[in-house]
Amino acid sequence: MTFGIDVVSMLLGGLAAGMVLFIVSVGLSVTMGLMGFVNLAHGGFAMLGGYVIVLTMRNWGIGFIPALALGFVVIAGVSVAFERLLYSRLYRAAELDQVLFTIGLVFMMISTVTLVIGPENQQLMLPSWLQGQLDLGIVHYRTYSIFLIVVGTAIVIGLWLGFERTRMGAQIRAAVDNRRMAESLGINIDRLFMLTFAFGSGMAAIGGGLGAEFLGLNPQYPLIYLVYFLIVVSVGGLGRVTGVFFASIIIGVLDFALKKYLPQGGTLFIFALTILLLLWRPQGLFGGKSA
Amino acid sequence: MSAPAHELGARPAVHDLVGRHRLRAWEPLPWILALAFYFAFPNHLGFGADLLVTILFALSLDLALGYAGIVTLGHAAFFGAGAYTVGLLAHHGIWSEPITSLMIAACVAALIGLASGLILLRTTGLTLLMLTLCTMALLEEAANMGEKYTGGFDGLPNLPIPPLFGLFEFNPLYPRVQYLYVLGVLFLCFLFVRTLVYSPFGQSLTGIRENVLRMHAVGAPVNWRLVTCYTISAAIAGIAGGLWAQANAYVNLGTLGLDRAATVLIILVLGGYGRLYGAFIGAVIYLALSHFLAKVYPTAWQLGLGLLLVLIALFARNGMLGLWDTLWSRFKPKRGPS
Repeated sequence: MTFGIDVVSMLLGGLAAGMVLFIVSVGLSVTMGLMGFVNLAHGGFAMLGGYVIVLTMRNWGIGFIPALALGFVVIAGVSVAFERLLYSRLYRAAELDQVLFTIGLVFMMISTVTLVIGPENQQLMLPSWLQGQLDLGIVHYRTYSIFLIVVGTAIVIGLWLGFERTRMGAQIRAAVDNRRMAESLGINIDRLFMLTFAFGSGMAAIGGGLGAEFLGLNPQYPLIYLVYFLIVVSVGGLGRVTGVFFASIIIGVLDFALKKYLPQGGTLFIFALTILLLLWRPQGLFGGKSA
Repeated sequence: MSAPAHELGARPAVHDLVGRHRLRAWEPLPWILALAFYFAFPNHLGFGADLLVTILFALSLDLALGYAGIVTLGHAAFFGAGAYTVGLLAHHGIWSEPITSLMIAACVAALIGLASGLILLRTTGLTLLMLTLCTMALLEEAANMGEKYTGGFDGLPNLPIPPLFGLFEFNPLYPRVQYLYVLGVLFLCFLFVRTLVYSPFGQSLTGIRENVLRMHAVGAPVNWRLVTCYTISAAIAGIAGGLWAQANAYVNLGTLGLDRAATVLIILVLGGYGRLYGAFIGAVIYLALSHFLAKVYPTAWQLGLGLLLVLIALFARNGMLGLWDTLWSRFKPKRGPS
């Protein structure tokens, strides 16, 4: 019985973490799939978004949900400026230049935040209705984790519908599969990319805010979790919403379970697994035939 | 069947190949400066040794990244492997003679490079980037876990390093011996790398970097060339790591971290990759700046570094030496296309 409860609570915790991972990484997967742009600064947008959300809640006293919406809008706007002014110059550049550029961007984000706000960890103040425990019949579990799972599921379903059922989703899928062909059919890739980039960065901002409670939120955030975001994207496959979702859940649950039962070598196991998986399928678990 | 030698020599491609071997007039300059540094700044030789190790590390990356075009984010894996090899052998009293330890470190790093290169060099792009990153993270995590042997997060302090050739003591306060020792090893490794990149092997690496399809088409064993290059590069990085451990008499997890891998990439790009001396220029500029700025204004330093990277990626893709070339060719427009 206790083992059953352990398993359930482990699954719930892992699911909640996986949802956050998904919300942050999904934009990265789609933009990488669209443009083949190696954007190592994606976690930076998540961090900036987290700061916007946490600080507006603390200083202006606005609610959690409005703060999340504000974070989305602000970071989406900021990222459009970045995209138009800087990223767009490097679409056809060598991969190395993109890597350097985005690492430079991460450094600038980290140091700017450290200078303006300070190096310490920022605490997310959860509203009272998200604190405490919730009785699920079998187990009592943290309300916030349940909230994350519910919100994450809603976002996944929404994104999936948008991706599979709308015209823009079809355009994105077409462009991921074959950019040249999509361009010759008259799809405006630049505009499409700008919109997905903004949307993806906005999602990352929400993820940064939602995850601040258990991932922490400090200037080093983009570097600490960079490997995780990249693992999720490369395991899930580029430009695949469902792939990224399953990858996030797998990594989230695995990480949670391993931290509990194998606190020493948990991360080691995830890295080893990722290497093996990428050797077996370089395009990721759910990716198409060419990555 | 084959053309006479003088006819062959008249052809520009061969001419170019032969001409590139030639020692240029300014090439002894870095070594003269390095020796001058020894006499001019006897109080900064610790910093000097660090600089030379960094140059060697950047040089090893130049071979993989600059010549063969292997974009890796995990080169510190080999630096750390070398450092930990030296550290573990010395700490547990198995073997600590400096020169042979370095050779063992090179072999261990080369083995890791060969094993990982055999499988991960079949991939490209993001997958390759991820695999190199994960390999390094794997090693770092392993070093962290094997606390019993590696000292975990704290590393192995106070390594007992016996005198060089049984004569010259490594003095931590006056690191003269360390400086000359590192300089000597760097010089030997540089000679090796220089010979290598101007050899037909090096030319084929450049070919692979520039056009893989064509190299496949002319029948070059692309994958083996890449693996060989990666292994050699790993071995040199391992030597750099071993030197670092010997000169500082300790090893820690930082030798395996993403920080170090990113730093060496930045240094190489700052100087200019695929041109041997980029590693020298980049390391001197980076370390001199960080030595003075990073201690006083660490955050501003990071901001400036980030800005520099963004500017290099946007405007100066060949680093400082590339900028120099551009400026130089403005004043010397007569040179024909090479």
